[in-house]
Amino acid sequence: MTRYLINRLLVSIPTLIAISIVVFGILALAPGDPMGEFATNPSITPEVRENIRRALGLDQPIPIRYIKWAWSFIQGDMGYSFTSRSPVSDLMLQRLPTTLWVVGSAYIFAVLLAFPLGIISALKRYSIFDQIVTTLAFLGFSLPTFFTGLLFIILFSVQLNWLPFIYDSTLKITDWNSFIIQVKQSIMPIVVLGLFQAAVLMRFIRSSILEQLNQDYVRTAYAKGLHQFVVVNRHILRNALIPVVTLVALDIPTVFTGALITEQVFRVPGIGALLIDSIYRNDTPVVMAITFIYAILIVVFNLVADILYGILDPRVQYNT
Amino acid sequence: MSVLWKFFGGDGWRRFRQDRMAVIGSIVLLIMVITIVLGPFIDKTPIDKIDFSLSSAPPSWAHPFGTNDLGQDQLARVLWGGRISLTVGIAAMVVAIFLGTLIGALSGFYGGVIDTFLMRLTDLFLALPQLPLLLLVIYLFRDVMRQLAGPELGIFILIVLVIGCLNWMSVARLVRASFLTVREMDFVTAARSIGAKPSRLIWAHILPNVLSPVIVAATLAVGNAIITESTLSFLGLGFPPDVPTWGRMLFDAQNYIEIAPHMAIFPGLAIFLTVLSINYIGDGLRDALDPQTRRK
Repeated sequence: MTRYLINRLLVSIPTLIAISIVVFGILALAPGDPMGEFATNPSITPEVRENIRRALGLDQPIPIRYIKWAWSFIQGDMGYSFTSRSPVSDLMLQRLPTTLWVVGSAYIFAVLLAFPLGIISALKRYSIFDQIVTTLAFLGFSLPTFFTGLLFIILFSVQLNWLPFIYDSTLKITDWNSFIIQVKQSIMPIVVLGLFQAAVLMRFIRSSILEQLNQDYVRTAYAKGLHQFVVVNRHILRNALIPVVTLVALDIPTVFTGALITEQVFRVPGIGALLIDSIYRNDTPVVMAITFIYAILIVVFNLVADILYGILDPRVQYNT
Repeated sequence: MSVLWKFFGGDGWRRFRQDRMAVIGSIVLLIMVITIVLGPFIDKTPIDKIDFSLSSAPPSWAHPFGTNDLGQDQLARVLWGGRISLTVGIAAMVVAIFLGTLIGALSGFYGGVIDTFLMRLTDLFLALPQLPLLLLVIYLFRDVMRQLAGPELGIFILIVLVIGCLNWMSVARLVRASFLTVREMDFVTAARSIGAKPSRLIWAHILPNVLSPVIVAATLAVGNAIITESTLSFLGLGFPPDVPTWGRMLFDAQNYIEIAPHMAIFPGLAIFLTVLSINYIGDGLRDALDPQTRRK
């Protein structure tokens, strides 16, 4: 197990390096000039622009720039934003709590919804309940979140006037009242993101349980005279949920990138909104840092999923 | 083509017909495709006629889907957007399936170093953050493409290539896995023993036998690509603003959502219905073609 772990960790590192080279390469080879906005500014002479370029290290060849970037990233220094002149890490830390709050609650909401629905609809296969739930799940993941978001706004903000549709991040929670406002403004982004994820998860849970139902060990358990609850709880779920748990881990990065859209719909000033703004402003250091952090999330949760699989399923052999 | 035989000659077609949702999906999609293709010939309302006296008018007889903030007819724009969405979806699917089949086939057929390298590449692509990268590449390279191939065609090629190049991985894995089992079968050994070249073994003998999962993946890839293109347009990074795509119409509708909700509802429903139909068809095809689910 330890050897396998070290092995997997060692494989992740080249993957991360490769990804960072890909992203850095795209940014460096792109025709857009980060100095574009200075070029149109008449008060900045070409010499000054050249000085700025040199100060930002843009006059050096791409490989050198990459090594410098990578070395400081490892030390936790993500550089300075071109536009706001503050460290990238500060910008991200400002936005992180909002994103974590929305993404975290959405995922918990999705898991809490998907597990019971998926389990019941698998056990009561072909019942009315199952048909309704599977149809809803199918509708759920065919609906893009930006459309669901707009529908929610039309329904709950414009028509019913229950919830605000623009997220106010300056709100400070000081008393009960402001807490209620915070909850109210978070409901729609969380539910929209959560419902989509719940639809994906629920389908997976259902089919994973269905795969187990006809297995011999289930028949044996019933033949021993065990109650259905015990069979489901102790025998079926234990086996059926192994792939589900790994999917839950694998999906966490997807929720983060999915939040990019939800944040845009509800104007939630999170990491995703920062990324989109920075792409528009040609703010290379911020774009590079955020994209690479998404990549780290993917690689790390892949690793987590692998390890979880090994812990949960003793049949998995580590013979790498 | 063995897969066609399997579908129409075997019990695939019968199974597909029995899947009520798949049949409804096919009919809805067919109606939508016909309307999108023929609609503009029958209803000659221009997509870009600006009329501020009709700004964001609700649905009426003259404008069944209402008008947008510039007073342009939304029905004509939804139909036009459908052409773009479907074309992008199909073209991106072709790119993804081509790359995936090629890489999966080479990897599964030759094995060894080629396999290791190609599968590492697949893993690398799977670990890339898709949406951020899509946004990034399109933002950075759209000016170049615009100069190379014109404002609309350039963006079209860019979007199709980027979506296709970020979605071939699951197909490659599917094809590789099928190749690994099929290449060991007796009929392949027989063909090899009478001197068939690798290219003939791949194209004529093995590939037709692994097409079923590829067809299912291709169907679902179209829906996926349509959603991705709408997402890009919704984030303001798709086609030029004057080209009405479904995502772009939703993007424009955002600012008028209080006074003109119809501006969001019709293009949104169009995306939803198309993707839903495609997903149901894909599911039906999977059940009809995949022997694994047949046992259940």
